[in-house]
Amino acid sequence: MEKSINVTLKVWRQAGPKVKGAFETYKLNNVSTDSSFLEMMDQLNEQLISERKEPVVFDHDCREGICGMCSMFINGHPHGPDGEITTCQLHMRMFKDGETITVEPWRSAAFPVIKDLMVDRGAYDKIIQAGGYVNVNTGGVPDANAIPISKIDADEAMDAASCIGCGACAAACKNGSAMLFVAAKVSQLALLPQGRVEGAARAKAMVAKMDELGFGNCTNTGACEAECPKNVSISHIARLNREFICAKLSD
Amino acid sequence: MWLINSSIGRKLVMSITGVFLVLFLLFHSIMNIVVIISPEGYNAICATLGANWYAIAGTSVLAAGFVIHIIYAFYLTYQNKVARGAEAYAVAGTQEGVSWASKNMVPLGGVILGFLVLHMYNFWFKMQFAELTGIHTGSFDPANGAAFVTELFSNKLYCALYIVWLVALWFHLTHGIWSALQTTGLNNKVWLPRVKTISNIISTIVILMFMAIPLYFLIGCGASC
Ligand code: HEM
Ligand code: SF4
Ligand code: FES
Repeated sequence: MEKSINVTLKVWRQAGPKVKGAFETYKLNNVSTDSSFLEMMDQLNEQLISERKEPVVFDHDCREGICGMCSMFINGHPHGPDGEITTCQLHMRMFKDGETITVEPWRSAAFPVIKDLMVDRGAYDKIIQAGGYVNVNTGGVPDANAIPISKIDADEAMDAASCIGCGACAAACKNGSAMLFVAAKVSQLALLPQGRVEGAARAKAMVAKMDELGFGNCTNTGACEAECPKNVSISHIARLNREFICAKLSD
Repeated sequence: MWLINSSIGRKLVMSITGVFLVLFLLFHSIMNIVVIISPEGYNAICATLGANWYAIAGTSVLAAGFVIHIIYAFYLTYQNKVARGAEAYAVAGTQEGVSWASKNMVPLGGVILGFLVLHMYNFWFKMQFAELTGIHTGSFDPANGAAFVTELFSNKLYCALYIVWLVALWFHLTHGIWSALQTTGLNNKVWLPRVKTISNIISTIVILMFMAIPLYFLIGCGASC
């Protein structure tokens, strides 16, 4: 049943990358519990515009949990208090009437704030550009059953491939480590024959880029897995470690 | 050098030195247990591991293991602080499944280190060091380990201090052992819960063996039973 609640929002406002930011507090009334968190943010922005104030800048695109854009740290959790969802999939029914909701941008040295809640997640793109692909030699289409792949490997690769590159892992990590993302991207290819060929070079190139961009050292706390909207398992991190160490040892 | 320049390389050094220290603890705790079973037997071990070349070599390698582990611990922690960024979260939630130990490896390591210094003074200085230098540091012959143990643990405060130390070490190990396996890549989806359980079992066995000694003296068995 639809209900509406009143909330107090503590939102991080920052005019630009180099400017010092601060929290602003806004009261927002009559928020439908059926609305999504982003719809609530839209409602806040309409209110701000009608008051001739500058609307809050935040990233979003698909609004259905597949693009990974909606980076918001809500009440101490990336993508909010609900599990296995993105911010755009978070509903206002998760909040109580009168609740104060704190909204912050991802905090990580490698994800600098552009404005308000929008951060530059380009570091993840750079890691992909360093090796997160397969160099395909085009030719005739091979027979679908020519290369056998076990169900276990196919499933693991698919689980890893569910990563949407949202950045919640690095945002949640006390070490600012991007290992869950890199592990997912290395695993999805290393587990399949097409990607296996370049496995060693890929692991080295992507880890080198990750380190260069200033992400931290993983100490296996597991906060990333707990906050990942796609529930990517830290067992992929073990695979990444294995891939990387074996590649370095065989150099 | 990838063991210094890459994050996974640095973690590998942490894990190898960590596992080496765990193996040492296992060896050390098995030797210690002997003091309860037979003080004479324990003194025989102390005599064997006195100022011989192999005991000195072992001690040097062990010290190197500690030093490398600790230097890397601080280096990694510093880098991780920088990676986190200048601004901290105003509200930081906790996650289910993230152990307290995993978030406090440095403070736990600090407690371990502090007590380690005390421990070296209590025993190593009065035993191997005294034997090496020939100076008189304790009330007994350097090889009379059982006498040093009895003397120290007749003080209830020392028993309590050692127990606190061992609790910190237990926490460090519960995360450390499985983390080391994960870091070296010896883990997967099926083994993840098993590796964590193995880690808890090994930590508990090692710590109980160590703790048996102050407990044994604390309940007053040192003198009579
Ligand atoms: C008897 C003493 C010690 C043992 C047996 C031990 C064991 C371990 C093990 C097995 C690991 C896991 C390595 C990995 O994940 O790759 C570890 C990690 C760590 N240790 Fe120690 N350690 C000891 C003392 C210390 C000391 C004195 C410090 C000093 C501050 C320290 C700080 C750390 C830190 C910061 C980590 C990283 C956390 C992690 O990777 O999970 N440790 N230790
Ligand atoms: S691993 Fe999970 S948290 Fe990290 S970028 Fe991918 S989807 Fe987001
Ligand atoms: S807006 Fe695309 S995942 Fe949220």
